[in-house]
Amino acid sequence: MGRRGAGKGGQCWRHMSPRIALRAALLVLTLLLLLPTAVPMRAHAAAGDPFAPLAATNFDVVARGVRSLAVSGNPRAVAVIDALRDGKLFAWKWPRPDAPLFIRTDNGFVDARSGAKVEAPAPVNLRRIIVNDSVRGAIDTAEGALGLFSKSVAARRRAADTLYQSADPGALSLIERALQSEKDAGIARVLREAQAAALLKSGLKSGTGAVEARLAAVHELAARADLPTRSLLASLQGQPPAVAAAIQSAIRDIDRRLQLWGLLENVYYGISLGAVLLLAAAGLAITFGVMGVINMAHGEIMMIGAYTTFVVQHLIAASAPALTQYGLLFAVPAAFLVAGALGVVIERCLIRFLYGRPLETLLATWGLSLILQQAVRSIFGPTNQDVTSPAWMSGYLNLGGLTLTINRLWIILFAALVLGALMATLRWGGLGRSIRAVMQNRRMAAAMGIRTPWIDALTFGLGSGVAGIAGVALSQIDNVSPNLGQNYIIDSFLVVVLGGVGNLWGTVFGALTLGVVDKFVEPFAGAVLGKVLVLVFLILFIQRRPSGLFPVKGRAAEA
Amino acid sequence: MQLDRTAVATLGCVLGGAALLASLNLLTPAASAVHVPDFVISVVGKYLCYAILALAVDLVWGFAGILTLGHAAFFALGGYAMGMYLMREIGARGVYANPILPDFMVFIGWNKLPWYWYGFDHFWFALVMVLAVPGVLAFVFGWFAFRSRVSGVYLSIITQALTYALMLAFFRNDMGFGGNNGMTDFKDILGAPLDRESTSAGLMLITAIVLAAAFLVARAMTRSRFGKVLMAVRDAESRTRFLGYRPESYKLVVWTVSAVLAGIGGALYVPQVGIINPSEFAPGNSIEAVIWVAVGGRGTLSGAILGAVLVNLGKTWLTSALPEVWLFAIGGMFIFVTLFLPRGIIGLFAARRPAAGTEPKSAAAEAAAREAAG
Repeated sequence: MGRRGAGKGGQCWRHMSPRIALRAALLVLTLLLLLPTAVPMRAHAAAGDPFAPLAATNFDVVARGVRSLAVSGNPRAVAVIDALRDGKLFAWKWPRPDAPLFIRTDNGFVDARSGAKVEAPAPVNLRRIIVNDSVRGAIDTAEGALGLFSKSVAARRRAADTLYQSADPGALSLIERALQSEKDAGIARVLREAQAAALLKSGLKSGTGAVEARLAAVHELAARADLPTRSLLASLQGQPPAVAAAIQSAIRDIDRRLQLWGLLENVYYGISLGAVLLLAAAGLAITFGVMGVINMAHGEIMMIGAYTTFVVQHLIAASAPALTQYGLLFAVPAAFLVAGALGVVIERCLIRFLYGRPLETLLATWGLSLILQQAVRSIFGPTNQDVTSPAWMSGYLNLGGLTLTINRLWIILFAALVLGALMATLRWGGLGRSIRAVMQNRRMAAAMGIRTPWIDALTFGLGSGVAGIAGVALSQIDNVSPNLGQNYIIDSFLVVVLGGVGNLWGTVFGALTLGVVDKFVEPFAGAVLGKVLVLVFLILFIQRRPSGLFPVKGRAAEA
Repeated sequence: MQLDRTAVATLGCVLGGAALLASLNLLTPAASAVHVPDFVISVVGKYLCYAILALAVDLVWGFAGILTLGHAAFFALGGYAMGMYLMREIGARGVYANPILPDFMVFIGWNKLPWYWYGFDHFWFALVMVLAVPGVLAFVFGWFAFRSRVSGVYLSIITQALTYALMLAFFRNDMGFGGNNGMTDFKDILGAPLDRESTSAGLMLITAIVLAAAFLVARAMTRSRFGKVLMAVRDAESRTRFLGYRPESYKLVVWTVSAVLAGIGGALYVPQVGIINPSEFAPGNSIEAVIWVAVGGRGTLSGAILGAVLVNLGKTWLTSALPEVWLFAIGGMFIFVTLFLPRGIIGLFAARRPAAGTEPKSAAAEAAAREAAG
């Protein structure tokens, strides 16, 4: 349909050449006033002499000429557009009905239309065709479209995407030809969508067939639920009523699907925040949940884990640069050992004198946290340390309408691994068995020959070691500074409290709930107010269920 | 009411010291050897406000066993109420010369005073709010918390979450409390310019008098029958309940009174330091207040005042002389006091002559609780 119209227009063009200037001026005017209706005229011009508009002095005419040239299927199109881009395309300086175009080559001039070598015109008669931003944009699109017949699948795919984005009715014939030869199903689909978009953009031609084709085009587009398609559909005007209605419902449909993707995205962000909280709270679930020790220095132990990552990274960069990409793999055990050892020291030197006095423990460990912070500040300085992320942790992953950051995915995976290892240790490990025995009945465990003080120290060391590992993960998503731990301490206590003390599954639940709720409240309440609301909710929640969602039942619960 | 030697000494130190400093500041020439410079007056005024906060913390922690990690929130709320009055008092003298709107509201493009700022152009209204805002918040919070028997560490953590949430909220510009920068550039209070030395000396004296009054009120409360029940709740809550008392009511009363007291401290604090901003809500501030009490002697009112003044003296000196040592020092103080000095400095003296009977028997009580539990 588009092609037929273009052919008729082309004949007119041949016979009315003296009116070129008027025609061009009219074209520009119409374009400025009524952009969509200018479209068929452009098609007329293109099919007649696709090169003529390039000689125009108006940039918009040139830009349109470039686009129509690209889709005309003319074998000289590539050479001419390249020449235009490189500033080697020249036009006759004075008005001439045949508007000759020349390409300057290293050895003389060639005729742009035929590629035949011509005698060099006098420079005074030549005008270099200059390129402005809109023409350059058209060139980029054109070069994209020209890739449609490339051998490379990637280039064809790129070209198809470009065509879809430009939704140029002038490209319809080109798309049809490309569709006939296209073997790749994915590219063919994009091409069909491009065809649909171009068709909808093209001017109205009466006839019922046109309406049906348009309806089919709307359906084709509606399947592609993304923002550009939505804005494309929303920008369409002057459609027949049935098509307009179909467009409206397609937009609603797309909105619904976008909303669904947005929801999924929020869930993902919530889970990734939950994973961070889970990492931060897992250690606390041991020290606070199992041992009942309020450790306000927990955040600082995470901070020390993050600093261990920084040190390990430096050591590796200095001694074995080849392993830089895998520094994190060494940092995890290092952080566990450093933080775990620190935990054992803290337990032996401080906590063990305060068992059964939770409030005093709270104060003493708060003091300890201040000391650790200041110690790190004195050693490493108050500024943020630079911990680099390895290449395999950066980048994005596109999944349907979702864009997932790879490092968050790793952290979710890592949190699951850490939690699994921790649960396995507690359940099947020898240390885990002793820990559970001491927790359940200290005197009986002692009577069975378990050295309970030593188990206390190791339990605390285990919890601190997990905090250190959490620090490794935090170093990838947060600033490594002496204040790192403070940002997480209140949240992680809330997680443990929400999930119930002494229950790792409760901690998982608490962390994920807190993360997801946080991310869902955020969009309509803002980040800070969202945080406040979550805190208020938790305060109210704790008052309704003072021992969490999964309270420990039985006699020990009242202790 | 009978005053024992400690109480007389405390009152004498507070009132006499304040009067002496004020008169030395105002009545002696600047060149004189005994002249007290202005900054000492403002620093002492600040300490006295902290002492009021310490008294408030001691009332709930020392006598009711509620370890609050959020009392700075009440202090800051009182401060904000006073700050709003002082802001309105600036009037057209602000940078933008708007007679009604404070500068920061003009700056963020508001053209109407929010409803909750109405009335703060009257001093009496601000005073009522200084008492009412922390009091009502504490009452509501305590009502929920104590009735559902949240206690111990859980209560501590939610008080901390409370002050943290308030801090985040006050950091927001569209709350209408000046956001990050808070309120400052105050000009005068009740017509007295704040930069005049007689005003600051007067404020310091008033703070001393309020502190003395608060001391007497708190002393009366804790020595009464009410106070005895309170201490019973602290030492053995379940037993008290079984004896027919309602621990939650006692806790709620002392919690609310304490919050109001903290609010008064904050209201006196703001005109003397000349600024109030959301960092006053920081959880660290509340915990610092707890350590004043712990250092001075938990469960002794004189100890709270002593601790607040001593620790802050040390802080002022250390943060200017050896800034990087301060966190080590206060951190060490937390550990040392909890491990080796559970009854604080006052406890050192009390140990020599066993009297009073007001010191907490926390260690013993908790040991008993541990026995009972497991």
